[in-house]
Amino acid sequence: MKHALSILVYNQPGVLVRVAGMFSRRGFNIHSLTVGITQDPRYSRITVVVCGDNGILDQIVKQLDKLVEVEAIQLLPPETSVRRGIAMVKIAAGGDKRSEVLKLAEVFRANIVDVAEQSVTIEITGDDDKINAFIELINPYGLLEMVRTGMAGLARGASTIYDYERRDCYEQIVL
Amino acid sequence: MRISGAQIIVECLKEQGVDTVFGYPGGTILPFYDALRDAPIRHILTAHEQGAAHAADGYARASGRAGVCIATSGPGATNLVTGLAAAFMDSVPVVAITGQVPTALIGRDAFQEVDITGITMPVTKHNFLVKDAAKLAETIRYAFRIAGSGRPGPVLVDVPRDIQTAAILFEPAAEPADMVPFAVAGAAVARIEAAAVAIARAKRPAIIAGGGAVAAEAAPEIAALAAKIACPVVSTLMGLGAFPASHPLFLGLTGMHGHKAANNCIHDADLIIAVGSRFSDRVTGDRAKYAAGKTVIHIDVDPAEIDKNVAAHIGITGDMKTILAMLVDRLAAGDNPSWWQTIAAWQEENRLPPAADKLTAPWLCGEIAVRTGGGGYIFATDVGQHQMWAAQHLKIETPRTWVTSGGLGAMGYGLPAAVGAQLAVPDKRVIHIAGDSGFKMTGAELHTVAAHRLPIISVILDNGGLGMIRQLQHAFFDRRYTACELPGVDFVAFAAAFGIRAVSVDTRDGFAAAFAAALASPDPQVIVAAIDPADLVSPMVPPGAAINAYLDI
Ligand SMILES: Cc1ncc(C[n+]2csc(CCOP(=O)(O)OP(=O)(O)O)c2C)c(N)n1
Repeated sequence: MKHALSILVYNQPGVLVRVAGMFSRRGFNIHSLTVGITQDPRYSRITVVVCGDNGILDQIVKQLDKLVEVEAIQLLPPETSVRRGIAMVKIAAGGDKRSEVLKLAEVFRANIVDVAEQSVTIEITGDDDKINAFIELINPYGLLEMVRTGMAGLARGASTIYDYERRDCYEQIVL
Repeated sequence: MRISGAQIIVECLKEQGVDTVFGYPGGTILPFYDALRDAPIRHILTAHEQGAAHAADGYARASGRAGVCIATSGPGATNLVTGLAAAFMDSVPVVAITGQVPTALIGRDAFQEVDITGITMPVTKHNFLVKDAAKLAETIRYAFRIAGSGRPGPVLVDVPRDIQTAAILFEPAAEPADMVPFAVAGAAVARIEAAAVAIARAKRPAIIAGGGAVAAEAAPEIAALAAKIACPVVSTLMGLGAFPASHPLFLGLTGMHGHKAANNCIHDADLIIAVGSRFSDRVTGDRAKYAAGKTVIHIDVDPAEIDKNVAAHIGITGDMKTILAMLVDRLAAGDNPSWWQTIAAWQEENRLPPAADKLTAPWLCGEIAVRTGGGGYIFATDVGQHQMWAAQHLKIETPRTWVTSGGLGAMGYGLPAAVGAQLAVPDKRVIHIAGDSGFKMTGAELHTVAAHRLPIISVILDNGGLGMIRQLQHAFFDRRYTACELPGVDFVAFAAAFGIRAVSVDTRDGFAAAFAAALASPDPQVIVAAIDPADLVSPMVPPGAAINAYLDI
């Protein structure tokens, strides 16, 4: 199971190492990670997609919560959040293949960001599933190289990461 | 007022009430040492920085106050790492202050430059590299707050040399930051109610006291809980002292080398109340079998411990004292004769047979327990067989009188930790129990003991090598002993080199006389007790096995 988490951290040197280090040290699997500034220069925001069951997710949230520089954590489940990543794909699409490639890009609402005699580079934005589907279809046309960002995401509606309170993470299992 | 960064560190230490620091100087920390020279703070120069870190740790464990250690950049800082890791694993509040090369040289592989914040990141609760002189004071204050609050732990502050010499505006702290105990919030109250219901229903309850119970000063509340429902109490290695060893409800140590009555009790219990235990693998063995068929109530200050190793049916996080007191209030008094009948049978069948009269570690620890029975002692151990024998056969009656490296199991811990404990609590006498090999690792700290005439009694259980390794090879490698035996060492002469009185004994009478003489003298003492290298710690549960699957060794 993949889960996306948004983590608000103090914008300090080493904070990314500290967060990433916690994941590797405890054997949690990071699928993707992005980090960037926020409207408030004191904070950065990390979006991380992790693999694991609910127990692992629970541990990840609790362990993150213990890091001094972590200010807030928000889960971004697919139903209640928007999540987007970008991929750029360079295709060896000269000659007659080119029109098919361009058509495919259009179907996926992808952008052509570079065109050369022997190649086109396409930029596609979307959730993981959309990007994966596009790459699978475009691959046979001669994929030369690709690059992907991790996911960035926000909760739908008015809820924000600033609503987060140091919560009591523990969920009752059974009695 | 403008003062130097070094003076600011001193001022901040004074604000925190620090009376003693343990350290070792070097180029990049000299400005601080210069400022320390005139401060009302005692500096203990150890033989090695590892000793300084362990001493700060021992100071903290024995007193409950944060221990402070100091080292220079580069090798000084790296020598602290084992000590910080030991403190981290056992959640001990330690603040380490290291010198660093001047900010302008950072990243240029300058002389004695190491990235100590990078190196210690996984073994500290948090750490800081101070790059802005204006933030120095708040960083030191914050370091103490982090070290001592919530689940305690070590914090390192790396201070470049130019920050120590900069002239900085200093404002004394408004008032000493006091620790706010974790509130017990609404959801926790509901779980305390649920726990009370589950406990009332249980037929075979048991309490497990862990190191967190000591850190939280929750011993009186554990005693109240146990007494109210006549509940057996077992202790993890780290929890010794959280419940009086001679109390009739106490069954002893649980875990890999736990007492059989204690382990059987946990195995057969239908409900366990773990207080400040992280369910380490050495405590649980096979985790699945450990919790099978029982209700697990887990009380801890750190929410991340709930469900980490053993899934809890009821997890309650917050200040353990408060939680336990609330729990006791919600329980009706009760006794449990049939459960106690079962337990009494285990206790009876596992009484130690009166062994032959050779000098053995269990007998020796028993003798120490008898001679120190009136209290007023702190016991510090190293790591190995002797540590397990001490845990099994000493009588640790009160919190903070048992100082041992549990989580990291760092050989060499004992003597420097004893130094720290002795300086922290001068009105108690520290008895240090070591193996011969671990003693060799940090035995040079006898120099520190001698320099300050610390009345520590060191008992070296000399089995001529790495006893615990020999035991593991005996049990799991077909008795193919390797890298565990050494030619003898004249520890008496070694101690004498530092001016410390030492005797060596190889009989029970010899030990009894030597120990009595050591107690009668106010000076540091070393007793080297020769024991049989073939002696094994028993009971023993193989790592990963069920907690009552004793190995026949
Ligand atoms: C620093 C360190 N290195 C290695 C070990 C592994 N180890 C655990 S016990 C032990 C032997 C200890 O021998 P000794 O100090 O003589 O004590 P004994 O077991 O004989 O009581 C060793 C090597 C350790 N715990 N710590």
